[in-house]
Amino acid sequence: MQLTNRAKPVDRRPMNAIERLYLWNILKGMMITIRHFFKKKATIQYPEQKRPFSQVFRGLHILNRDEEGRERCTACGLCAVACPAEAITMEAAEREPGEENLYREEKYAARYEINMLRCIFCGYCEEACPKDAIYLSQTFAPANYGRSGFIYKKQDLLIPNPVEDPEGFKKAQGEIARK
Amino acid sequence: MSEQHIKLPEGSIEKTTTTLNLGPTHPATHGVMQNILELDGERIVSTEQTIGYIHRAFEKIAERRPLYQITPLTDRLNYCSAPLNNMGWHLTCEKLLGVSTPKRVDYLRVIVMELARISDHLICNSIVGVDSGAYTGFLYVMQYRELIYEIYEEICGSRLTTNIGRIGGFERNFNDIAFQKIEKFLDEYPRVLKEFENLFTRNRIFMDRLIGAGPISAERALNYGFTGPNLRAAGVDYDVRISNPYSSYQDFDFSVPVGTTGDCYDRFLVRNEEMWQSLSIIRQAMQKLTEFKGAEADVYHADVPEYYLPKKEDVYTKMEALIWHFKIIMGEIDMPKGEVYHSIEAANGELGYYMISDGGRAPARLHFRRPCFIYYQAYEELTKGSMLSDAIIVMSSLNLIAGEMDA
Repeated sequence: MQLTNRAKPVDRRPMNAIERLYLWNILKGMMITIRHFFKKKATIQYPEQKRPFSQVFRGLHILNRDEEGRERCTACGLCAVACPAEAITMEAAEREPGEENLYREEKYAARYEINMLRCIFCGYCEEACPKDAIYLSQTFAPANYGRSGFIYKKQDLLIPNPVEDPEGFKKAQGEIARK
Repeated sequence: MSEQHIKLPEGSIEKTTTTLNLGPTHPATHGVMQNILELDGERIVSTEQTIGYIHRAFEKIAERRPLYQITPLTDRLNYCSAPLNNMGWHLTCEKLLGVSTPKRVDYLRVIVMELARISDHLICNSIVGVDSGAYTGFLYVMQYRELIYEIYEEICGSRLTTNIGRIGGFERNFNDIAFQKIEKFLDEYPRVLKEFENLFTRNRIFMDRLIGAGPISAERALNYGFTGPNLRAAGVDYDVRISNPYSSYQDFDFSVPVGTTGDCYDRFLVRNEEMWQSLSIIRQAMQKLTEFKGAEADVYHADVPEYYLPKKEDVYTKMEALIWHFKIIMGEIDMPKGEVYHSIEAANGELGYYMISDGGRAPARLHFRRPCFIYYQAYEELTKGSMLSDAIIVMSSLNLIAGEMDA
């Protein structure tokens, strides 16, 4: 049936005499295989060697701090709303006087959990965050012994404090800076 | 039955056929689907297809989601070419909202869609090889699927379930590495595809195995509702990209490969030729992209303030942008009322989205027209009377993907 004038019949001509020879086909195949013998390997030795990820790779989440080490998250709940997998739960609390060095805003997340078994790594939480707080890093989800280990608490997600561990903070910030 | 065999009790009916459960978890089904085959020796007398093993109720979930949250659901339809599903969904939303996208966005989308089509056809064709006993070709082309995944990774940050693009365009502009990788792919891939063809296309062992396996006539294929490569293999040159162009496909010059008998070999050849066509489309799109000058050369999304998120810098500093940001994320924007159907030429055939909106914040009803679901209905007709081993090849050459079949 002709619907367009762009049809192009595929090549289905019958086999010719040479193509009928099994030996020829086997030789042809073997030649390609042997050529691949001497090519550069496509694989890498994974745990020792790692391939570089793209700048925008969507891996495990991290919670950001500002330069003074205060948590940026203000528990607005926008990431939890945006999450198509409903993996994020949080509980907000009000900042008490004297906690200004811990939390950037007057409200903060007292409890912040991401269920990594539910998470589909779509990146919507990062896109939704209006406070520059949640980011997807370039690490994979590691293995764990039980299910409860996959529910990441706030302490698992927070990046190192620049006051205590400036180098760890710098490294984590380096992953964020690209976005 | 001869004397040597066990004697059945008097009056019992002798069953002369064997029942074989192919699936639901069988390595050759490439997904969770079940075929109950009734075999007479090695010949298939009848088959019964069972679906629903990975039904995830996407259409129902979508009724409670704002539009942007439905994109990750479409990733999981045909997971071999997730960007195509994503783009189809965005185009459907844009049709309902009446958004027109800039040309550059269209061309970028075409590049991503054609890359996805190549990766899908690549998988399908090399899996046909694997199922007919040729594992080598599969391994050689996998590196290049990997390269396509790396291109996705540069654009959206993920490889398999891409969630690429947003309503109105892309989440970010393509960076230089992405373009370099596309150039590299265009450079190296023809040689690889040539080698793949050398291994398979005119190989007698492969041809003997595939020619005549699972044929379908054009009329029967149309009656079943076949689309895409499987219909074209039967000899109908139906292609949504030509008959109903979307995303500026009318600007591109490409031909539609058609087969004659609709057997496995035709399907293989059609997919192979489509990869060449896709390569040429990507080349044309890259050429067209260089023609944009000045501010036009950085456009990567349409102006849809109600659905496209404002820039992050504005959100941090400007009140109005913050309000829009909250409104969009919380899905507080009412959609226009209406019904819309939009279909794209996905790797597998016509992938359609039928959305009914009652003016609410989520679709009132959403239906995915998944081509695999339709192909699977013809499975019995395609395999009846053939050998057991053909059943596997027919399955892989129809490119039955469980995720798409069950939705």
